[in-house]
Amino acid sequence: MLLLHVQTVGSSEGWVTLVLFYLFAALSGVSAWALVLSPNIIRMAVYLMLTLAGVAGIYFLLGAELLAAVQLIVYVGGVLILIIFGVMLTSRNPYLNVAPRGGEMALGLVLATVLAVLLAVAVLAAGLPEAAAAAPDDDRYAVRWIGALLLSRHLIAFEVAAVILLIVMIGAGYLVRRRIKANQAGATEGRS
Amino acid sequence: MMIGLAHFVILSAILAAAGIAVMLTRRNALGILIGVELLLNAGGINFVAFNRLAHVGTAPDGAPLMDGVVFTFFIIVLAAAEAAVALAIFLNYYNTFRSIDVDRASELKG
Repeated sequence: MLLLHVQTVGSSEGWVTLVLFYLFAALSGVSAWALVLSPNIIRMAVYLMLTLAGVAGIYFLLGAELLAAVQLIVYVGGVLILIIFGVMLTSRNPYLNVAPRGGEMALGLVLATVLAVLLAVAVLAAGLPEAAAAAPDDDRYAVRWIGALLLSRHLIAFEVAAVILLIVMIGAGYLVRRRIKANQAGATEGRS
Repeated sequence: MMIGLAHFVILSAILAAAGIAVMLTRRNALGILIGVELLLNAGGINFVAFNRLAHVGTAPDGAPLMDGVVFTFFIIVLAAAEAAVALAIFLNYYNTFRSIDVDRASELKG
């Protein structure tokens, strides 16, 4: 209940929320830029994990608890493991150095900084609302509403996502299986 | 000082810029995939923040308006699917070129 009211002011709740917001925002923002500057791909993956955890905290602060849990389970538990597996399967050296060349790094950093500053200026100039006009009731983000929405208004997208997941499962398995077969054929040819 | 929509959107801009910087500077395909994940997360923060702070109310059938949260679910689902397919492609690519440096992927038929 404490975390549900991001825009509460004056009370201790608002103060706690403010501190938590800056904590999570600093965690994700600093990790994201440490990721940019990191030369080691495993360290990049670890910084990505910290960033994703910070984003999950932001989702908690925004009152989307189920989304935060899904973010932690699917991203930190699934996608990150996939990336680590990818690193282990595609590099002979675990300390693979992926540092970009100096000029490219400088150009990329300049472009990204310009983009971030432009976006921030545009956001501040747009005069976004400070907070919601109406205080949301606590039931808003209950899980049952997400389930009801998924099976009513977003039913087609839900079914398409299910089919996509099935296609991905079969397709990824097929791609990797052919690779192993080709490897075995190559090994036999090499031996004979 | 209140936490408004602008705070979340600026955080999202910082993450998106970091993701673009990673995509621009890395030559390792997995590094680029990490940059894409950062970008997708930035989009998710925007969806949830706008839904929570600017899209308040109830639909005609009484359900609360939370399409942004549902969209972010789909983003997470598609990001997971994308990572799985990308890993399979990278494995095939590594099998052909003995490296996942994207500079060497200059032809479709290896």
